[in-house]
Amino acid sequence: MKNKTFQSLTNPLAKNNPVLVQILGICSALAVTTQLKPALVMGLSVMAVCAFSNLVLSLLRNGIPERIRIIVQLVVIAALVTIVNDILKAYVYDVSKQLSVYVGLIITNCIIMGRVEAFALSNKPLPSLLDGIGNGIGYGGVLVIIAFFRELLGSGTLFGYQIIPECFYEAGYVNNGLMLFPPSALIIVGIIIWVHRNANKDLQEK
Amino acid sequence: MELLKLFIQSVFIDNMVFSFFFGMCSYIAVSKSVKTANGLGLAVTFVMLITVPLNYLLENYLLKAGALSWISPELASVDLSFLSFILFIAVIAAFVQILEMIVEKFSPSLYNSLGIFLPLIAVNCAIMGGALFMQQRAFESVGEAAVFGFGSGFGWWIAILVMAAIRERLSYSNVPKGLRGPGLAFIITGLLGMAFMIFSGFQM
Repeated sequence: MKNKTFQSLTNPLAKNNPVLVQILGICSALAVTTQLKPALVMGLSVMAVCAFSNLVLSLLRNGIPERIRIIVQLVVIAALVTIVNDILKAYVYDVSKQLSVYVGLIITNCIIMGRVEAFALSNKPLPSLLDGIGNGIGYGGVLVIIAFFRELLGSGTLFGYQIIPECFYEAGYVNNGLMLFPPSALIIVGIIIWVHRNANKDLQEK
Repeated sequence: MELLKLFIQSVFIDNMVFSFFFGMCSYIAVSKSVKTANGLGLAVTFVMLITVPLNYLLENYLLKAGALSWISPELASVDLSFLSFILFIAVIAAFVQILEMIVEKFSPSLYNSLGIFLPLIAVNCAIMGGALFMQQRAFESVGEAAVFGFGSGFGWWIAILVMAAIRERLSYSNVPKGLRGPGLAFIITGLLGMAFMIFSGFQM
């Protein structure tokens, strides 16, 4: 039992990663990753919403009528996202401006709905909470990987600090501007999925 | 003329998929055959055409700071905009539910071809994204909001159709094993996105 509870935390990190394997929650994963800082904030926000929506809906799971469960789920998630949005506005206003509508889009992030539907509604609160945290970390991890490459190659910085030395630029090195545009994020995700599937052969399609 | 500009801009320049990544989850999952992609595209376009103006009315007559002053001037200081996420998603979910019932009742054949996609739409980020962009850009009239909703949905429709057509052809090619399925779908979307970037230079 102990082991199984723990697995609900570790499984989503790599083997059953929500972004790479289940292809969920891509929308925001790509849009906020031009720099590491917003990507990290977004990952943490999604983790918080995912964990608490799992917890709340798992506690409510015996009281929700089957037919209206989608609306109940959406209302709980929307309320949590509203709280997260206000917290972000209060403490990290510049990042919250950068994330703009994508904070609101956490509501329709399929990871959260998907975990609630698939896990929280049929499990006890504690494993649900851990499952939410695990999926949040799995999602945030991918976001950070994408943002790392995009920020490093696109602007030569990490967390806003210059990483690529000045002498490179003097020798003719140029930042890859395309990395800051949307298409590069898609291509990086494609490559990450490729690497991930080569490491996990059982995920490959025939 | 302004409306036409807005339409073209929301279809091509601000394409939902290629410049904002909205609705990626269903975009990747459902783009395996042209027929189903077409059905989902149609449904998304229709839902956006209705829900964006509906949410526009909500935003301007209920939620925005001072929006309630049409009831009585005393309410002018009320700002309910913190409720916008909950209300927008409720409108979308309720509308999708109603639409599903109507279609099932009046056109069973359309329901059979669209049926499974309708519930999916409630969590399609393109629709929520449309509502949030409408809020951010503060359109001047409900007509503008409707054109924006229709254009964005239409752009999404075009994007998923193109993608599905390419993926149908790809099923005949010999792709490296690890890249089959979603991996390649992402890379193609990236390449399509680069192609769509040419529109971003247009001066409207």
